[in-house]
Amino acid sequence: MHVHRFERLWLVAALAMIVLFIGTVTYGAVGAGYGMVDDTGGQVDPTDATASENFREPGVYNGSEPGHYDVYIEAKQFLFVPGTSDPVRVPANSTVTFHVTSTDVVHGFEVVGTNINTMAVPGQVATITVEFDDPGQYGLVCNEYCGSGHHTMEGSLEVVPPGQFNKSEVN
Amino acid sequence: MAHPHRSEQPQAYEADETSLKDRLAFIDRYPNAARITRLCMGVSFTALTIGALLGIVQALHRTNVFRGVISSADYYSVLTGHGVLLALFFTIFFLTGIFTWGTSRSLGMGLPSPGFSLGWFLLMLSGAVMTATAIFGGLVGQIPFSADVLYTFYAPLQAHPLFYAGLAAWLVGTWLAGADWIRTYYHWRQDNPNERIPLQVFMIMTTMLMWYIATLGVAVEVLVFLLPLSLGLIDSVDPLLTRTLFWFFGHPVVYFWLMPAYFAWYTVLPKLSGGRLFSDPLARVVFILFLILSTPVGFHHQYADPGVPEGFKFIAMTNTMFLLLPSFLTAFTVVASMEYGARQRGGTGYLRWLKALPWGNPAFAGCALAGMMFAAGGFSGIINAGMNINSLIHNTLWVPGHFHLTVGTASALTMMAISYWLYPQITGKRLQFYGVAQIQPYIWFIGMGLMSNAMHRAGLAGVPRRTAEPQYQQFDFAPVLGSMPEMRLQIAIGGTLLTLGALMFVLVMVGTWLAERGRGRLRVDSHLPEPISGASDSPRVLDNVKLWFLIAVVLVAIAYGFPIYSMVADGAFNPAAPPFPV
Repeated sequence: MHVHRFERLWLVAALAMIVLFIGTVTYGAVGAGYGMVDDTGGQVDPTDATASENFREPGVYNGSEPGHYDVYIEAKQFLFVPGTSDPVRVPANSTVTFHVTSTDVVHGFEVVGTNINTMAVPGQVATITVEFDDPGQYGLVCNEYCGSGHHTMEGSLEVVPPGQFNKSEVN
Repeated sequence: MAHPHRSEQPQAYEADETSLKDRLAFIDRYPNAARITRLCMGVSFTALTIGALLGIVQALHRTNVFRGVISSADYYSVLTGHGVLLALFFTIFFLTGIFTWGTSRSLGMGLPSPGFSLGWFLLMLSGAVMTATAIFGGLVGQIPFSADVLYTFYAPLQAHPLFYAGLAAWLVGTWLAGADWIRTYYHWRQDNPNERIPLQVFMIMTTMLMWYIATLGVAVEVLVFLLPLSLGLIDSVDPLLTRTLFWFFGHPVVYFWLMPAYFAWYTVLPKLSGGRLFSDPLARVVFILFLILSTPVGFHHQYADPGVPEGFKFIAMTNTMFLLLPSFLTAFTVVASMEYGARQRGGTGYLRWLKALPWGNPAFAGCALAGMMFAAGGFSGIINAGMNINSLIHNTLWVPGHFHLTVGTASALTMMAISYWLYPQITGKRLQFYGVAQIQPYIWFIGMGLMSNAMHRAGLAGVPRRTAEPQYQQFDFAPVLGSMPEMRLQIAIGGTLLTLGALMFVLVMVGTWLAERGRGRLRVDSHLPEPISGASDSPRVLDNVKLWFLIAVVLVAIAYGFPIYSMVADGAFNPAAPPFPV
């Protein structure tokens, strides 16, 4: 089969680029330690999420070591609990694991302007671990269509200076 | 280069026959195939008209420019209509039309049974009407139908049973259409035992085989889970399993939109440029790669899904990146064929040859502009495919920004452009409003440039897709490039131009449809010249479609076998989520 010289060159360059892209993603996972949302959060009963050990009453909990926190967030039409009526509050200089599930339909959980972005699927718990170095204010938004009030489903996340974070805020 | 099968025949005889055939329009030679193509295109363009009108309502509503048509709660009925009518009905009725034409044209024979062909068309049409009825019922309070589930219909959101039943009927119609073309090929094969498969039929068969594999996922999702759920026969489904089945189908459907465009770029565009296709063998390689790699990539739509192990996402990512290869090869061939055409027309220089191309011919201009935008869409798609960087833009406005370049331009604008060339041949009527047709591709190009760049940038700022409101109460978006009002304005103006572009196209088509037959020359030349490097230059194994089909099935089994098994192992309906009708 005759392949033109330029086309062979193009083919090799395209393949090199593809391998490079796969390489960058692999580096992100292995080198930079970017953890994808996966199946580690386990499953729950969508109609009774707290019945299983994989999910707790929504709120902020102390993590396995000092400076680590676990935040359990329930997404439902058209609220984040916590997040919508009360902001999620965590201290700066902390490592936070979000555990997100939905108790009705599929929702999205996006911390606006960051790469904290996961689906909230009924029956599954999404876990994302992130580090908050500095205090700041973030919006929460549902980025998957979830019904006629979808556009009202929002909330906020406050990363407060460690001195302003009260121990009583932790469950 | 040797052409053994051809050298056995007297050259002059074949040339005579070709020129005689070329004097007749397609409609004169294959009246039945022309009729089926016309019917498919009629439905396709009707869906385009409605979908485009819904598009402008959305563009103006969500940018807060004009909100007088619908409420924000009804926005999602409109969005469902826009998605289903354009992504499924406009594109795929067009596909069935152009593939019917391509089958008859390249095999030189009509479809074997007019009744069967009309049958699959009517089945597809009735399915489409049922689904559309369920969707638009949502806009009328007194009608008990609604299907505000969007184009992806993720369970446990639940539509009226009519929505799912219509989709199922329509899908079976597409299967029968594929069977019709493949059957025609086997008829041809009996009389031509040693010929290479004609290129257009080769493309049609590989595309349809991909479709048969891919639609298995959505067929199981709809028939086993969603339709019984909506009828109340079962009381819950596993949302993750149904999502996975959807995306088993949901990525290859992208190639089902693109393949008619590739089909046109490979087999018609080189001729419109004034030249010939650069390489037939590489065109075959590209379609084989699409058959093999289109399906085992669906998990790249589920990078952000819990419950799917990272390893399966990684396999999907790798396959997705390799899917870039056939598109890169296409970019080369298309540009090389255009350059060859331009030089045949007297073009010279490194880039000055571009000026020698027929930019005033709407069929050429539309295809070329669509190809250019596809390159931009391809690069934004690489970001989507990058497993970790995707987290920045997953489910943001970036994503519709991306697919309006791909399906919304590469496919849609090519389909419109090719219609300017093909519609006169299947009606025997001269194209009307030629001046409107000439500027239409440019209107589309400008409109999409405005809308899509702003959507991409808004996505980078975190603006979600699929929402009726431009802003939120508890926070403001902080864009990196540009300002929110500027982006909203570009989206509104771009969306308006796109709807205008669609209506200009429909005006040309309706005008031509209503025109009198036999008045004036058709102004199109249907002859498709032989490629510079023909099929006989390639190994025969390329035509072993069964082998490629088998490899595709094996790859799908590797990518999906274990994940689906593990989702089903704990019970196909577990975790059990009850339905939420919308």
